[in-house]
Amino acid sequence: MVELVERAKPSGGSLIQNPIVRGAVYQIVLVALIVFVVYGAATNAMTAMERLRMPTDFGFLGQTSGFDINQTLIPYSHSSTYAEAFWVGLINTLLVGVVGIVLTTIIGFTVGIARLSSNWIVAKLALVYVETLRNIPLLLQLLFWYNAVLKPLPAPRQSIALPGGIFLNNRGLIFPNPQFGEGAHFVGMAVVIAILAAILFTIWASRRQKSTGQQSPVGWVWLALLISLPLLTYFALGRPITFDIPVLKGFNFAGGRQVFPELVALVLGLSVYTASFIAEIVRAGVQSVAHGQTEAAEALGLGAGRIRALVVVPQAMRVVIPPLTNQYLNLVKNSSLAVFIGYPDLVQVFAGTVLNQTGAAVQVMAITMLVYLVISLFTSAIMNMYNRRIALVER
Amino acid sequence: MPSGGAAFVQTESHPPQPAPITVRGPLAWMRANLFSTPGSGLLTLLAVAFVAWVLPDLVRFLFTDAVWSGDAATCRTKVDGACWAFIAQKFQYVRYGSYPETQHWRIDLTEAIGAVLIVWLLWTSAPKRNVAALLFFIVYPVFAFFLVRGSDLIGLPIIDTSLWGGLFITLLMSVVGIVVSLPVGVLLALGRRSALPIIRTVSVAFIEIVRGVPFITVLFMANVMLPLFVPEAWTPDRLLRPLIGTALFASAYMAEVVRGGLQAMPRGQTEGAQALGLGYWQSMRLIILPQALTTVIPGIVSTFIGLFKDTTLVAIVGIFDFLRTLESARLDPNWGGPTITTTSYVFAAMVYWIFCFGMSRYSQYTERRLKAGRAH
Repeated sequence: MVELVERAKPSGGSLIQNPIVRGAVYQIVLVALIVFVVYGAATNAMTAMERLRMPTDFGFLGQTSGFDINQTLIPYSHSSTYAEAFWVGLINTLLVGVVGIVLTTIIGFTVGIARLSSNWIVAKLALVYVETLRNIPLLLQLLFWYNAVLKPLPAPRQSIALPGGIFLNNRGLIFPNPQFGEGAHFVGMAVVIAILAAILFTIWASRRQKSTGQQSPVGWVWLALLISLPLLTYFALGRPITFDIPVLKGFNFAGGRQVFPELVALVLGLSVYTASFIAEIVRAGVQSVAHGQTEAAEALGLGAGRIRALVVVPQAMRVVIPPLTNQYLNLVKNSSLAVFIGYPDLVQVFAGTVLNQTGAAVQVMAITMLVYLVISLFTSAIMNMYNRRIALVER
Repeated sequence: MPSGGAAFVQTESHPPQPAPITVRGPLAWMRANLFSTPGSGLLTLLAVAFVAWVLPDLVRFLFTDAVWSGDAATCRTKVDGACWAFIAQKFQYVRYGSYPETQHWRIDLTEAIGAVLIVWLLWTSAPKRNVAALLFFIVYPVFAFFLVRGSDLIGLPIIDTSLWGGLFITLLMSVVGIVVSLPVGVLLALGRRSALPIIRTVSVAFIEIVRGVPFITVLFMANVMLPLFVPEAWTPDRLLRPLIGTALFASAYMAEVVRGGLQAMPRGQTEGAQALGLGYWQSMRLIILPQALTTVIPGIVSTFIGLFKDTTLVAIVGIFDFLRTLESARLDPNWGGPTITTTSYVFAAMVYWIFCFGMSRYSQYTERRLKAGRAH
């Protein structure tokens, strides 16, 4: 506690000595200063925007954009509006965020566990990974993936063929595109039913364990249900899902679905970089669990795998979640570096192209920053909810 | 008892035997650390295979097949080696940007003085470190400004900021960031913990908004909107705008680091200061802040490492920092060798890595010192 003076009892003497008066004066001065600065900035901005003929309202959002975007998840063309360009950018940012978070979590946890491995060479390799990647700027890593790794890949005609009809070349990653025919939605429904059935079984198994002490092979049941039910439906309906296999035609591929190199570079760079921080968070979390916990679990006769899954990781997660949230937020914010390699994310499309074309600097920047603020608040709200659920319940 | 039965009694001790090789020595070590279980053994084999696959190629690329001297023609013929001759040729440019060659000594001098001050400031057993802090945070910035930019008063020709660039800009951005963000961050942190509601709200809003948006948008904002907000005559210099953006951005992060230190202060420290009759600012300046800042030195260094890496983003507003100068050097059509791109990035990575890794080592060193201090 440092607010000592403000709490002190108002004593006699001059008014300047009175802490309450002084506090009020500080605050009034601050408010006056802010009002003065904001008013000055606003009037200056108004005159400047008029002089430069910049739009002062949000009407520009309804105008036709006139530019194309090569990677969109929603219908968009150059006759779409600026508002639609905004949505394209936002969805592209969210796409990178979601894929990046999944990928970076997998890599980060793997490397973090490897750092603690009793296997010397595995632990050292993980250390090299962490110390190399977190000490090199993300932008440099993105440029490296894009300009030094993906761009020099062979042209489509000499594509690197990967198993499963996937091709890698300097125009990106091309893979079979699933085509959903008649009755395909039944397969999707089968997946949902399988998951529901597995959840029901899990609940039943845990009740049975509590009352009788007998355990059930929950993992195997999940696996069996998830594989067999959709597969049976798929064949029973006469294979409604087909794949559009990419074929080389002339100088490029026809059919299939294409992921552009910009997206690959961005997701790869972001995930690999952020994972080096997550690895350290995971390591710190696991090390924060007292060794006595492991020993007690060993005394109960649990194996190494079950000790990790049932004793160490759940306790480590309490330490891991808050900094992990920060890393997820960093990843989403850092996806704005897309602008350097030309991936059409929110910043590149909206704060770049749209701002340049319309000149509506104040509005565009305000919207862009607001979007990131909302994403930040939303992500931390979800993680806080999860954090509360797993937090230590103290009496 | 027959005499001579005593012959079975050992009177001299055996010379010590070396431990069996399954308990000590490299073999035992390998068994414990590389092949403790079948799974571990498999991992070891995979890891060794991976290293054996990567390392020779790396050594070949960086050293044995690399072009150490020569010109563009030599590099064009070498397909699988780095082109260090290219780095040597472009070194002046990535170091100083377009700063006139005859004036390079001014940058060298500024950096040398800055380096001396930083070592003095960071070397924990150096004498009079408070003098160093005063020099570094107040005198040095003014001095460096006049030396690098020049002034008719001291007879040095003025070098326009549009010519500044290279590693020098990277260092400038980070040093300005830290010099401004430390005091501003302290004020924001105090504001966030103040009992005065308006001051607290303003501090929290500033910190949370700046931390919630990407650095690029802060730079964009400084670049595009700052000129709109101030009268036309005051339009800030093109280098000053990202500097302001960087400083504001770093301040918000620094504020959170300092807040952590303030929260770690035991209540008794404040009460002790109060008992001595010290006022708010006196107790902060003399008792609380010196201790709080010392505990968060590792955090401050981490923030600085982040800032140093983030300066690469100023390229987006047209500043030629180290990475940007290297990018433009890389695209020089006279040097169209097949490995120019990779060489440039490897070189940049090594430079950034040396700076950042060095700083992180310093941060770990102070952390260990702090722990040792607490153990007593």
